[in-house]
Parts: sequence; C-alpha cells; structure tokens
Amino acid sequence: MKRIQTIETRDLKKSVQTGGCGECQTSCQSACKTSCGVANQQCENSSSEK
Amino acid sequence: MIHCYKLNGYNIVLDVFSGSVHVVDEVAYDAIGMYENNDKETVKSRLLEKYSGRADVTEKEIDELFEDIEELKEKGKLYAPDVYEGKAFDLKNRNTVIKALCLHVAHTCNLNCEYCFASQGKYHGDRALMTLEVGKRALDFLVENSGKRKNLEVDFFGGEPLMNWEVVKEIVRYGRELEKTHNKNFRFTLTTNGVLLNDDVIDFANREMHNVVLSLDGRREIHDRLRKTVNGKGSYDTIVPKFRHFIEKRGDRGYYMRGTFTHNNVDFTNDIFHMADLGFTELSMEPVVCKPDDPYALTEEDLPILFEQYEILAKEMLKRDREGRGFTFYHYMIDLTHGPCIYKRISGCGSGTEYMAVTPWGELYPCHQFVGDEKYSLGNIWDGVKNKEAQQEFKLCNAYAREECRDCWAKLYCSGGCAANSYHATGSITGVYEYGCKLFRKRMECAIMMQIDKAQNG
Repeated sequence: MKRIQTIETRDLKKSVQTGGCGECQTSCQSACKTSCGVANQQCENSSSEK
Repeated sequence: MIHCYKLNGYNIVLDVFSGSVHVVDEVAYDAIGMYENNDKETVKSRLLEKYSGRADVTEKEIDELFEDIEELKEKGKLYAPDVYEGKAFDLKNRNTVIKALCLHVAHTCNLNCEYCFASQGKYHGDRALMTLEVGKRALDFLVENSGKRKNLEVDFFGGEPLMNWEVVKEIVRYGRELEKTHNKNFRFTLTTNGVLLNDDVIDFANREMHNVVLSLDGRREIHDRLRKTVNGKGSYDTIVPKFRHFIEKRGDRGYYMRGTFTHNNVDFTNDIFHMADLGFTELSMEPVVCKPDDPYALTEEDLPILFEQYEILAKEMLKRDREGRGFTFYHYMIDLTHGPCIYKRISGCGSGTEYMAVTPWGELYPCHQFVGDEKYSLGNIWDGVKNKEAQQEFKLCNAYAREECRDCWAKLYCSGGCAANSYHATGSITGVYEYGCKLFRKRMECAIMMQIDKAQNG
C-alpha cells in the first residue's frame, strides 16, 4: 500500500482460539510492583499465531 | 476503535480490537481519522481541499487510498469490532488456578525510605520474619492450587528479603524438590535494596533466581534524598558498588534496576540515564504511589513535564540503540508479534485470583499492595481462600469492568489498570486512577512508536 504500512502484530481476535494457556508471567512479578500493564508480557506459547 | 497519534515524525494508527499497528502518511492519517464517521465524498472533498496543490493528492489517488482502507477493514485490521466485551468475564475466568505468590519473607527493613508504601517494611503491623515452615507450606499451597500449570512464580519480597536470607535459600531448595515430584518449574525472583548483598547472596541468586529486582532511584542526590538508612544517611554509596558486582557476575540472566520517581525528580530520565551510564542495561522507573498530600506526590502540573520526559527517553533509547549502547526500559518492552493473547489482555495482573501475597504469618492477600488491609485478607495458606466475597471482587476486575475505560484505546494494553492503585485513589478496586492512566497511555504511545522506528530502520 502506498500510504499505509502495516506493522506485523499478533492477531488478537485469533488469539481467542489459540491463547489462554496461562503459562505467561504474572505481570507484577517482574519489575513494576506498583502499576499494571500486560502489554510488555511475553507469550510463553511459541506457536501463537501472527 | 482506532487511536491516531503523531510522535517522533511518525503518523501512527492503532486498531484497538485487532491489535494492528499502522504507520501512515499525513493524507492517510487524515483519511483514516474521518473515514468511520463520514461518507466517502465528504472525506474526499476535505482531503482535496486541505491538500490542494499537491500533485500526489488527486481524486484517483484518494480512491486508491479508500480501496486500501477497505482492504484493511475486510482483513480485520482496521475499525475491527469489539468481539470480546460480552465474553470478558468468561475469558478471565477460564483458568482459575493460582500460579504466582509474592512471599513477604521479612516485614522489616534496613532502610527507612520515606515513600515506602509498605511503611518501612512493616505494612502498618508488627515486624516479623517468615519461618521456614511457613515458607514451605506456601510452596505446597501454590503447588496444590496450580492445577496443570507448569510454570510457577515465587517472588521473595519484603520489607527486605535479605534480612531473612537463610530461610529464602531453604525455601528455594524445597521448591527444587517439589519441582521433581510434581512436574513444576519454579521461577524465583528476588526484590532487594542491596544493603546486605555479599558473594554468598550473589552466587546463590545468580544460580537460582530467574530474575532479580534491584532498587536504585538513579542519581546519588535523588536516591539518597528518600532512600535512607535507619540512621538517616543515604544508601547510594553502600549499594551501587554491590549492584555493579552483582550484575557483572550475573551474565545473561534477567534483572531490573528499578527506581521510583517522585515530584522531587520529574526529570527522571536523568536518573535512568545515570543508571545506564553506570553500566546497567535492564532498567525500570515507576511513578511513586503515595497519598496526594505527601510532599513528594506527583502533581497535575508535573504531568506535561512527565509526558515530555517519556518522549525524551524513547528518543534517547533509539539513539543509544543505534550507537550500540542501548538499554531496555521495562515499560517500553513491547513485543508486537509475540505479546500477550486476548485472555491476558483482558485479565490483567491476576491479583486475588492467580496471584496472591503471603505474609510472614501465612495470611493471603490479593497482592503485596493490599497486605495489612484487613478488609482484603483472603484467608491463609493452610485453609485456603475463605473470603470469597473479596476474591469475587477481584474476579470481576478486568479490562471491561470500568465504565471510564469504555472509550479508552489503551484498555487492552493495561487490562483496566492496577487494582491497588484504583483502590488507593478512589476507594474501590474498580475505580480508575486517572493520573496513572495518563502516564500509562503516554508510555504505550512511546513504546509502540519505538517498535515502528525499529521496523522502519532495522
């Protein structure tokens, strides 16, 4: 596309089917301890869809 | 829902419910902003008017742009509908096992930091150390309640956990035995102020701790202003050489230098850069959590300065990265291709459901920030969760629990925010700590911009 470049991201809608294993890190167990954010958590499931 | 913003020369369009990220030129930026709520002819005439005289903005060009927008819509990457709202509760409660504990092995501390949310480690109660018996039982409790979950997390927290170090080591050894008999993988972490670090601690932690969180607020004068010893002296000179020694020996294993910034250092990027200049590369810096009338509390007037600081940080990180001397910042670590699934994004941190804090006496709380608040005492590690009413409140906490979040583009990045921050700011765990939201949204904008920059420039 000439004017729009789409960055590769995980498809959240598809992750309804493939996600939810729960093996990922609990967000507050890492560095924050005082604020919630899940965006920086890594998925533990290496086969998750793009 | 889309969110459009401009940062560092990029025109960025986030498609909230698909998670898509687009970087566009200014014509597409304007078109996408208008397209959803206007007919095509209106959008076209406005674009032709605004860009009159531009050879590349013709009717034909705009029609092609509309085709691209329609294609993205069809692929579900633009204006994607919210298909999660009705399922939010079920998505969060698909798995209800416990997978993480924050062990308060020491309700005491060898520092006397003014801003400590834990009231100098005592959590407004008595000083205490967790016994090995309680620690072992906590791990048993976790294993018993973890279902089929393999990865279990245990953070040694306080107060200052190194004040109960021998018990920490024994709890870890016990955990390694449980791993073999129950097919589990414990990820231990340690959060410390560094005062009692020595080679025994460093070697053990580098062998056994999946991550270590080391508290440093940055520049000496900033750090020493609030992080004092019980005698009122600054702790910077005691801990920094120890932290450097620790990290030199740690190799590739994970760690964070974690600071807190307050009204005293709204130019907190200088503290982050100071940490980086000391040779630390895994950095985190959090806004202080305190009462609004505390002298170091962040103010409304601080907000524009803080926004600018986050931008300065992002740009400097990109620059240093290009120069081969990059560092990471916890809130800017975002993996667009392999980040959290929708379950995680809706559920959030899991406090009170899959994550709990354990006091030195074995009581359970929804998380470390609720410890000492009797209303939220959930039960104990022998009898389990008894306060079902309080737990139910946490089960209902998700990205869709707050009316204020309805139109917020960031809700699938923050999951509705920190329950403790909401509680302390509004009296309800489903309230909204708007100040924190504003900072969070700014951080996300910066983090996503950095990913775009890296995708564009390799």
